[in-house]
Amino acid sequence: MKKILTTPIQDEDIKSLKVGDIVYLSGTLVTCRDEGHRRVIAENTMPKLPMDRIAIFHAGPIVKDVEGGWEMVSIGPTTSMRMERYEKEFLAKTGVKLVIGKGGMGAKTAEGCKESIAVHAVFPGGCGVVAAEQVEKIEGKEWPEFGMPEAFWVLKVKEFGPLIISIDTEGNNLFETNKVTFHERKEEALAKTSKHIVSMIAKS
Amino acid sequence: MATLNDAQKMVDVLGKFIDIVSKELPDDVMAKLSELRVQEANPLAKTIYDVMFDNLDKAKKLNRPACQDTGVIQFFVRAGAKFPLLGDLRRILREATISATKSAPLRLNAVEVFDEVNTGTNVGTNVPFIEWEIVDDSSNIEIEVYQAGGGCSLPGRSIVLPPLAGYEGAMKFVFDTIVDWGINACPPLVVGVGIGTCSNSAALLSKKAMLRPVGTSHPHPKAAEMEKTIEEGLNAIGLGPQGISGKNSVMAVHVEGMAHHPSVLGVGVTVGCWANRHGVIRFDEHLNYEIISHKGVKL
Repeated sequence: MKKILTTPIQDEDIKSLKVGDIVYLSGTLVTCRDEGHRRVIAENTMPKLPMDRIAIFHAGPIVKDVEGGWEMVSIGPTTSMRMERYEKEFLAKTGVKLVIGKGGMGAKTAEGCKESIAVHAVFPGGCGVVAAEQVEKIEGKEWPEFGMPEAFWVLKVKEFGPLIISIDTEGNNLFETNKVTFHERKEEALAKTSKHIVSMIAKS
Repeated sequence: MATLNDAQKMVDVLGKFIDIVSKELPDDVMAKLSELRVQEANPLAKTIYDVMFDNLDKAKKLNRPACQDTGVIQFFVRAGAKFPLLGDLRRILREATISATKSAPLRLNAVEVFDEVNTGTNVGTNVPFIEWEIVDDSSNIEIEVYQAGGGCSLPGRSIVLPPLAGYEGAMKFVFDTIVDWGINACPPLVVGVGIGTCSNSAALLSKKAMLRPVGTSHPHPKAAEMEKTIEEGLNAIGLGPQGISGKNSVMAVHVEGMAHHPSVLGVGVTVGCWANRHGVIRFDEHLNYEIISHKGVKL
């Protein structure tokens, strides 16, 4: 059965999630990436939309202007790690409960998730049309001066996902754990590859 | 003699081709992804592959760019010296980019340098980016379009190593780059490695290597073996789709090289994401064209 989070998202729902779980989101999702984070934290300026208990998406969409509004063409996640510098403070300041992006985030965000009772999840990268089809409506746009990718798009979504939980409220961090494994495997694979190639080249 | 009409025809054809390339992956990439998909056993990796293929179906059916990051538009031109529109080609490629940006529509990704303001047209100073090569004396031309997203452009780098670092140093540079930066570049990746004599020759060769069709090997037997060995090594790390961990890390590793100064070994790395949007089209002097990368696609 699909596990669906609905905004406003409750703390108990967030606490029940563990890394590797797959969930979907229904309700309010807003796009917020580099410029949005910088404005909220570094410039101390909040958007007009109340952000408490909603979800944000690290994404810069393709949006088409249509009569009376906009149409979502393609929207997929961007690299979450770029927002690492600000995310912890962002969670504390806004009350956002779910951060959706691509790849993992670091130790500081994991601390923030624990303190503010929030999670980070990934949506499969490069799958912009699947995601766009789960956007029911674009309800608004703030900070248009940032341009199409960086503007703050307010979306109404239905069963948006799959979202794979990558940081939970207990400090578990899926991508950081994977990274340790990848680095261990790299040492072995690199030694083997190098040895083979150096000896092959030497046979001239 | 080329006329204004000819130039407009080329703009129209290329505009439609850029549009299609944003929506349908080339045959080589599709074949490889299908092969890698069935090898996955990890449930999260399988889920991701399912969404990737669902996305490709939907992109085609709904006529939309498969990934929202349609990149900065780049062209690799391999021209015969007598192609009649060569002198006008820069303008033609620019117009075609503007046309595809509206029709697809593509994301507005050109941020003007120094002013740091989005141009709002997807073109700007030296964008679309063009690499020129005069390959022979014919009147034909081959144009490759590549839509490099930000995520997979980020790992790209080159270094010039002292000779004693040798191929061992080169391999360390490749493996470190992929493990440190590859996860966010949307694996399974196409990895291009360039062995050159300075930073830009190594970088350029790595880009050419990355763009070579998946499933091809370098004609030099040692280079081909190097490609296979690096591919096995990177796959043993098991990044999996999106770095979630899984059976493979890469779709392919391609190596290109050149003779180099005895005191240096330049190494470049360029990666392409799984949604590797590149396409090749050939024109003759009468502008009859053939699409090489996407069989059966009609413009």
